[in-house]
Amino acid sequence: MPKLTVDDLRQIKERTLQATALRHGTARVKITVHMGTCGIAAGARAVMAALMEEMAEAGRTDIRVVTSGCMGMCSSEPNVTVEVLGEEPIVYQHMDANRMRQVFRRHVLLGEVQTDFALAKV
Amino acid sequence: MRELSLHLLDLAENAVTAGARRVSITVEESPAEDRLTIRVADDGPGLPEEKLRRLEDPFVTSRTTRRVGLGLSLLAAAARRAGGGMTVRSTPGKGTEVTARFRYHHIDRAPLGDVAATVATLIAGYPAVDFVYRHRIEEREIALDTRELRAAGEGLDPSEPAVAEAVARWLRDQLLRSAPGEEEDPDAQVDR
Repeated sequence: MPKLTVDDLRQIKERTLQATALRHGTARVKITVHMGTCGIAAGARAVMAALMEEMAEAGRTDIRVVTSGCMGMCSSEPNVTVEVLGEEPIVYQHMDANRMRQVFRRHVLLGEVQTDFALAKV
Repeated sequence: MRELSLHLLDLAENAVTAGARRVSITVEESPAEDRLTIRVADDGPGLPEEKLRRLEDPFVTSRTTRRVGLGLSLLAAAARRAGGGMTVRSTPGKGTEVTARFRYHHIDRAPLGDVAATVATLIAGYPAVDFVYRHRIEEREIALDTRELRAAGEGLDPSEPAVAEAVARWLRDQLLRSAPGEEEDPDAQVDR
């Protein structure tokens, strides 16, 4: 039966060493992908996949990605909330993989809120 | 839901939201016996009997933001549409197990889809929860357990996006090698 072996893990570790440099202390940015039934049906998994790719590529240790349930705004799913330390949280609506990449590169990395996709400040 | 793997994500999400610390996801494919089964079991608080009886009612939910809960009713409908059905077993205090059965070759059966993406999303999104994934295709079985990953991984954190991605690639690769005759998921072909 194929199982993920320690050797596989070593290879993974070597490949991802840079991206997984210790994530210590308080994160500067928290990105929440909302994954209720509504979010999942609307494409939240593809948004999450794109975000994980961007995260792996960026190799930043001060950003955290989490998922959460439905936030009660099902009609604008997939929703993504970006919280930058010391700034107001921004909820992005109708996200897809490309929008997620744009929000990650512009807002999360450069600090430019992407108002075109923003639903509201909460 | 367009893919059964999205139902799996939804069920696992339910389990975590309910407070589970360990979630087992099982997929059993047997084209030869015209059978496809998906199951999500958790160690959460379980469901009271009253809820259990009315699970497929879309107007029953434990959520407080809205009065509609569609996850299980959608899955039950998807299973029935494909010549199968859904069963839920739950013991208060012990956990809940949701099983959906499908006729593998039924024309209305949704494709399984990208289960690797589902698994990656879960392990990256819920660092505090352990996930066990087992996938059987006829005689072949693929298994993944985040507890083992943590134990054997020499400080490797499965919930790191880069690691979760690498685990998903491994899983996708294993599944492609075990794929039954007709491949049903175009997404699984990319990103090798």
